[in-house]
Formats: sequence, C-alpha cells, structure tokens
Amino acid sequence: MKPATFAYARAQSVAEAVAALAAHGDEARLIAGGQSLVAMLNMRLSAPRLLIDINAISGLSEIAVEGDGLRIGALVRYTQALRAPLVARHAPLLTRAIPHIAHAAIRNRGTLGGSVAFADPAAEMPACILALGADIAISGPDGARVVAADDFFLGLYETALGPADMLTGLNLPLHGPDRRVGFAEFARRHGDYAMVGLAATATARGAGLGDVRLAYFSMGPCAVRARGAEQALEAGDLDAAVAALEADLDPTGDIHASRDTKMHLAGVLLRRVAGQLSEQPQ
Amino acid sequence: MSAELETVFDLTLTVNGVAHHESVEARRHLADFLREDLGLTGTHIGCEHGVCGACTVLMDGEIVRACLTLAVQCEGRHIETIEGLSDSGRIAGLQEAFRTRNALQCGYCTPGMLIAASALMDIEPAPDRAEIREHISGNYCRCTGYHAIVDAVEAALAARTEGAR
Ligand SMILES: Cc1cc2nc3c(=O)[nH]c(=O)nc-3n(C[C@H](O)[C@H](O)[C@H](O)COP(=O)(O)OP(=O)(O)OC[C@H]3O[C@@H](n4cnc5c(N)ncnc54)[C@H](O)[C@@H]3O)c2cc1C
Ligand code: FES
Repeated sequence: MKPATFAYARAQSVAEAVAALAAHGDEARLIAGGQSLVAMLNMRLSAPRLLIDINAISGLSEIAVEGDGLRIGALVRYTQALRAPLVARHAPLLTRAIPHIAHAAIRNRGTLGGSVAFADPAAEMPACILALGADIAISGPDGARVVAADDFFLGLYETALGPADMLTGLNLPLHGPDRRVGFAEFARRHGDYAMVGLAATATARGAGLGDVRLAYFSMGPCAVRARGAEQALEAGDLDAAVAALEADLDPTGDIHASRDTKMHLAGVLLRRVAGQLSEQPQ
Repeated sequence: MSAELETVFDLTLTVNGVAHHESVEARRHLADFLREDLGLTGTHIGCEHGVCGACTVLMDGEIVRACLTLAVQCEGRHIETIEGLSDSGRIAGLQEAFRTRNALQCGYCTPGMLIAASALMDIEPAPDRAEIREHISGNYCRCTGYHAIVDAVEAALAARTEGAR
C-alpha cells in the first residue's frame, strides 16, 4: 500500500524539531531511520499530517566517551554501532545484540534512538538499555532532561517521552573489568522479532555475581526486569532464579508462542545467559 | 525549517551515476520513484513494509530498503540500482554464478538477492555458508530456491578468489 499524503520538513536542530512537534501536536511525527515508521505509513497504520525529518541535525550521530559514560547520539545507526570499536570496548552487550536485529539493509538505516523511542515490546535495544541501566537524554519544550532506563519504559509503545519530546541520546555506563554481560533470544528465523529474549549485566564478585540486571523482551508490553530472578542469581541459586520468573513475568501468548511456551523459553534463556555471565573470562 | 506545510519537493540526486532533478511528493518512497518516475523497473516491490528485500538498492554504497526510504530523503545521495550494477559489469561474476547454478526461477527476488549478495562480497573476504544465509535472510525467494542461491554466492566467491591468484 501507499502512504496517505503528508507534509515533510527537515529540522536543522533539536530546538527546531521540538518546536515543530509542539506546534503540530499529535498530527506530527519525527522520522529517524524510518525502518518502523515508513512501514507503518505504507500500511496506513499511521497517517500523520507532517513528518519532521531529524536526519540532518548535526551532532546526533556521534559515539564518544564522556566522563564515566559512553554517549551514543540518537541518530547512530545499528551498523555504525556494530562497527564502532568504542562500542565493542565499552558496551559489548550492544555488539552482541545488534546482529539479532532485522537484516543488514535495515540495520544500515535504523537508529538506536528510534528503537528506544519506539519501544517495541519485542525489540532488542530497549532491553539492552534497561539491562545496562543507561540514561536517556531527552529534549522537550521545557528544555533538556535525563531519564533513567528504569523510569523510561512505561507500557505498550509508551515511554517517558511526552508528545513534543525528542530523544537526543543514550548514556551508557562504561564496561569495567569486573562487568559481565549476557544476551540470548529465540526467533523463528534469523532477523525476525524474538519470541522471547533476554539481555543481562552483572558484576563478578569472587565466584559469584552482584548487581544482576535481567531485562526480558517480548515477555510483556515493554522491556521488563525480572527482579526476583535477579536476587536469586545474586544469591547464587540458578534454580530459584528460574522458579522466580513465574512471579516476575506475565506474558500473553500470541500467534508465535503460547504463554506457557514463552515462560518455558524464558527459563531456558535464563540458564544460558547465567552461564554467559559466570563464564566470561574478562 | 519553513512554517509552511509542503507536500511536494524538488529533488536532486544521482542514480547510477546520472544526476536527476525531479519533483516528488513527500509520500513517494524510493522504490516507486525509481520505477514510476525514472522507469528503472529492475527494483522490485513485494511487500512494501521492509520484509521481503525485493526493493534492495544501494544508497551511498550501502544496501537499504527502497520501500522504507522516502525519495525526498535521498536529496544529494548516490543511489545504485540493479540496472547500474549490471551495466557497469561490477556484478558480472555473481550474475554468471546465478545462471550456472540455477539460482533463479521466477526471477522476482533476483535483483534484490544480487545486490544483497554483492554487498556481502564487498565487506567479507570469505564468508561461510552460514554467514551467506544470515546475510541474505532479509531477502525472500517465494520459489524457495535458497540452496541454489547460497551455492551461487559461494561459487562467485570461489571464482573471485581463484581470479585473484
Ligand atoms: C522487516 C523488519 C524487521 C525488523 N526486525 C527487528 C528486530 O528484530 N528487532 C528490532 O528491534 N527491530 C526490528 N525492526 C525495526 C527497526 O529496528 C527500526 O529501525 C527501529 O524500530 C526504529 O528505528 P528508526 O530509526 O528506523 O525509527 P523510525 O522508524 O524513524 O521511527 C520510529 C518511531 O520512533 C519515533 N522516533 C524516532 N526517532 C526518535 C527520536 N530521536 N526521538 C523521539 N522519537 C523518535 C518516530 O516518531 C516513530 O514514531 C524491524 C524492521 C523491519 C522493517
Ligand atoms: S518491497 Fe521493500 S522489502 Fe518488500
């Protein structure tokens, strides 16, 4: 299908994009990589009157270490992040997760900012951001603010972003020598959205693990932490962690997998990822 | 950014090395622009929501979905389509391998497959079968001729290595 008619404007700055959103309200949409939005326009699942293209805004495509964080601009593309030595070194969780996202042609255009802002329940990046405990930089009509990942994902396609807010970047804690990361997902075919997925981080404490963060995706309306399982893993009890998922997660079945299948797979993934967390040499 | 809401734009871009100036509606995606406005019908349209890969083209040297890229977003960009890649001889080895390995039946997916496969050959010196499969996982062949397609890509890679010796 073809999109309905819309107007189009290129924003040259974050301030311009935010002002345009504020002026046009619900009738306007930002476009970044377009890899979710243009598909929705083509199918007429979305029919904004105005598209505000943010691709020409300078300064949003950078990856840099700033203080004790890795700053990733909203317009950084998946492929760019995957090839970036700074990401491999300071955010290896992303380097592991990105190859699971869609296909090469889509990864060449899709942006990390767009994925986090869109907050698809089955998307990899929101879960990684949650597992990392990253901060999300936002600009809105009242200025700039920072929201922690734990407070960002609120529900189905619902985030802390207000109608005239733009996500400008992500700030990830730097990967330290004792940090561990884990990632696994089940998808029917390579590049499909996951039926169940898990992104995790922890700190090695002797033979055990501390600061465990388990972020599941495709297991609810948005990326969600399994807090009971986190505590059980910190106590060194993997079986108890798997059992705790019953209370931590409440997925609804869909055409790809029933609720029971999803819960079973969540346990399988937890065992795999727990293995990754305790085995990493460095 | 102008306060007026414009729906039609003057677009300047390069397609297969030729500069074009066209007036386009903002809602026109690149695949329709190439096919309808420039008459380059080698870029196919299957699903129009990014799933099938039939519309794969190169934008500034990287593969993209033409159905998920708006033509207006290509201002100043370099686009290459199957017509350009064929005429330049750049993918002749791959085309020859597709022919000899019977890697096409109806041919609908072939332009996208060739462009995706050539992009892989550009970035990877010696991908194995699993890597080839992974790379073309975003290109559907409704005749399900995947095995022969992977064979053809492998053959093209082998011929290239042989030729380089
Ligand atoms: C066939 C196919 C398979 C896919 N498979 C996967 C997959 O396995 N995993 C996965 O995670 N994704 C998948 N995707 C989606 C892809 O990752 C998208 O690129 C991503 O979800 C959105 O990023 P974008 O830059 O393309 O955003 P766009 O499509 O441009 O925008 C998406 C939404 O976010 C808003 N937005 C974008 N940027 C900002 C910003 N900076 N601030 C505020 N709002 C913003 C837009 O207004 C829009 O509502 C797939 C897509 C396709 C077509
Ligand atoms: S037509 Fe573009 S991916 Fe199917």
